[in-house]
Amino acid sequence: MSLLQNALVSIGDLDNDDIGHIMKLSAIFSEVLRRDIPKVPTLRGKTMAMVFSEDSTRTRTSFEIAAKKLSMDILSLNSSQSSMKKGESLKDTLANLHAIGADGFVIRHSSSGVPTQASTWMTVPVINAGDGCHEHPTQALLDCYTLIERFDTPSNHTTDNAILNCFNGMTVTIVGDVEHSRVARSLVIMLDMLGAKTTLCGPRTLMPRHVDKWPVRVSYHLDEVLPETQVCYILRLQNERGSGTYLPSIREYAMNWGIDSKRASLLPETAVIMHPGPINRGVELAGEIADSSRSLILNQASNGVAVRMAVIYLLLANPGDITEV
Amino acid sequence: MTKVLLQGGTLVDATGIRSGLDVLIDNSEIVEIAPNISPPRGARLIDCDGCMISPGLVDLHTHLREPGNEEAETIESGTRAAVAGGYTAVVCMPNTEPPIDNATAVRDILAMSKDALCAVIPAGTITVGREGERLSPMVEMNACGVRLFTDDGRGVQSASVMRRALEYASALGATIAQHCEMEDLAANTVMNEGYLSSVMGVQGAPNCAEELMLERDLELAALCGARIHFMHLSTHGSVELVRRAKLAGMQVTAEVTPHHISLTDDMLSEYNPIYKVNPPLRTRKDITALIRALSDGTIDAIATDHAPHVRESKELPLDQAPPGMIGLETALAVAITVLKDNSGEVGTGRKDASENGRSGNNRSGRTYSTKSNSVKSEYGNSGSAGGGRANNSYSEHLTIDPSVLQYSMNMVDIIAAMSWKPAAIAGLDVASGGRHGGPIVPGAPANLTVFDPSADWRVDAPRLLSKSGNSPFDGLSLTGKVRHTIYEGEPVYLDGRATK
Repeated sequence: MSLLQNALVSIGDLDNDDIGHIMKLSAIFSEVLRRDIPKVPTLRGKTMAMVFSEDSTRTRTSFEIAAKKLSMDILSLNSSQSSMKKGESLKDTLANLHAIGADGFVIRHSSSGVPTQASTWMTVPVINAGDGCHEHPTQALLDCYTLIERFDTPSNHTTDNAILNCFNGMTVTIVGDVEHSRVARSLVIMLDMLGAKTTLCGPRTLMPRHVDKWPVRVSYHLDEVLPETQVCYILRLQNERGSGTYLPSIREYAMNWGIDSKRASLLPETAVIMHPGPINRGVELAGEIADSSRSLILNQASNGVAVRMAVIYLLLANPGDITEV
Repeated sequence: MTKVLLQGGTLVDATGIRSGLDVLIDNSEIVEIAPNISPPRGARLIDCDGCMISPGLVDLHTHLREPGNEEAETIESGTRAAVAGGYTAVVCMPNTEPPIDNATAVRDILAMSKDALCAVIPAGTITVGREGERLSPMVEMNACGVRLFTDDGRGVQSASVMRRALEYASALGATIAQHCEMEDLAANTVMNEGYLSSVMGVQGAPNCAEELMLERDLELAALCGARIHFMHLSTHGSVELVRRAKLAGMQVTAEVTPHHISLTDDMLSEYNPIYKVNPPLRTRKDITALIRALSDGTIDAIATDHAPHVRESKELPLDQAPPGMIGLETALAVAITVLKDNSGEVGTGRKDASENGRSGNNRSGRTYSTKSNSVKSEYGNSGSAGGGRANNSYSEHLTIDPSVLQYSMNMVDIIAAMSWKPAAIAGLDVASGGRHGGPIVPGAPANLTVFDPSADWRVDAPRLLSKSGNSPFDGLSLTGKVRHTIYEGEPVYLDGRATK
């Protein structure tokens, strides 16, 4: 297996075969999670260090549960309670955690690139749990799994990566604050790899500069793209990153790029709504749409555990351990 | 002081190239230049066979960090690095802590550098505390020897303050040197704004953050009839602005750094803060324009912007790490590697570019090839800055884009940009009453650099004499090695060793 030598910091670290493999493993772990005792001993005795220097609810708990379901021990650290507050460098902190016994690192950081840097410093696996405005590769993978759950037709599986066939020509519209979104950066790379057609839509101030060189179509008019959208992926308006100064007002944003019932009705009947969370209800997404039957938002959250089990497993398990699953 | 005899070098100075000459030095002065001078009794003999002897190099842009950040560099360590790089004079930047914004601070620097291995000439700030508001006491600092004023590290943001500064300094015959950066546009940026910064998810500085200030200051300089020097140009647009101003007859000079003519923003793809610098590494288009501007004289000088930082500070997240690279010890080699016309004999001038380097006819065995880790144009093709992390992404030799070969330079022009032109800008040349920049003639001050123009060597950052190791050229092979540096008649750097 070529994939995941020592790190998953960018979705670009993977190829289609890797993604197909992770999806199949995720399906296996998903089955494990439905067992009476939803836990496997695969990685018992190994310790995962969770280094989170930024607030996180679902990603952190999802990774923790995933590691626990693989029987790992968790070494948890967030910067507010750590010696990083006392001036210790991140590199020293990681080296010390490794010396204490961490077999791998899950890193979330407010600065882009920290997991990349960490993977050059450390000899043990590093998983990017979201870095600044750069990437959030496991989010893209769990979104991939969620879409397969909804759109895949298993009878068509004739070749190895047939599980990914449903992405061929799929129209995905990513709406909102792309500039500050690590989720969007991972998704755009992955969707391009899988053959989907991606459109980015939002106010121009929240589009990355040089987006013309990305493999996407860009539109500033949501109502024009919704009728041809199969997957409407809504990003959170990241006020903590100063998005507010990029816009005249939240109200103007909600009126033009927020998804309410009226806009949702422009979507084809089979179209789905996704959101990486947390949602600003009534800003980028109306509550009734988030809770509607076409919303996959809770599926995304629950699939995160199985997908992260697959990623952790691939990076930390010894060859042959699969039999224990 | 004993006599020193440089034996058998090729002289290169503003008068051109002269081969097969010895240079006899007595008590800080050149006393004789002739073939096969018979060694006077007790003279120190220095073998210069195969080497070129040039006027000592002059750096317009050195951060010595003392006082305030002695952990990164001191006057002592910085000048050792300087002589190892062939420099006999460095203009030290005033962004120390406290800054050099008054005469007492200038006198302190001069006193501290009394025993330094080369000349240390402090630049003064334009404004008090580099805050861009009140003018520094330039007359008083000028009386202590300051010829160049700059708030380097920051540009003067206010147009009215800049206008006053230009007026005030021009009356003294001093030069205002501007670090062009509109903070409004460039605040919190970590690299060039481009495709790569967009996929890396980091804030980039657009070219116009530099160009807008440069354009403004050209207008102000014209308004005041003042001369102005622009530091570390990084964009093709800046080059065009300076070119036009020179054509219009303005008294404008400009410098470029070795890293801005050799490295592109794709060095940042692994978020390594070693490559974070201000202004940021730009693109091939900018590099080509900067090299062309050097070769046609639009850019006058190569200046290092030697900016030492302790190791820990370069192991921070990219957006928290300070910008800056060291450069004194690699500048000449980078200039030769990138700029030298190598198609003919040493110093014979420019050859047809199509001949150049394509047929492997360069004597030193350098490889001119397209960089292997060129800018990824395909999104997702690990252009996401993820791929190949564990490996060093650069090839063994510093390589350059073949398209710049047409602008390659002869050795006289390269040394001009590193010695007598910067000496004139800083008022250190003989014509201004200084002792630097040559020419190499009897009676001239003995500030000389001896270098082998075709020696290949590999940069090993920990072994450099600078106290800091933040060199972007670490691990790369370069062509051109400084062998000896003579400062005021004394060999201060000899066969790879600083003598103090």
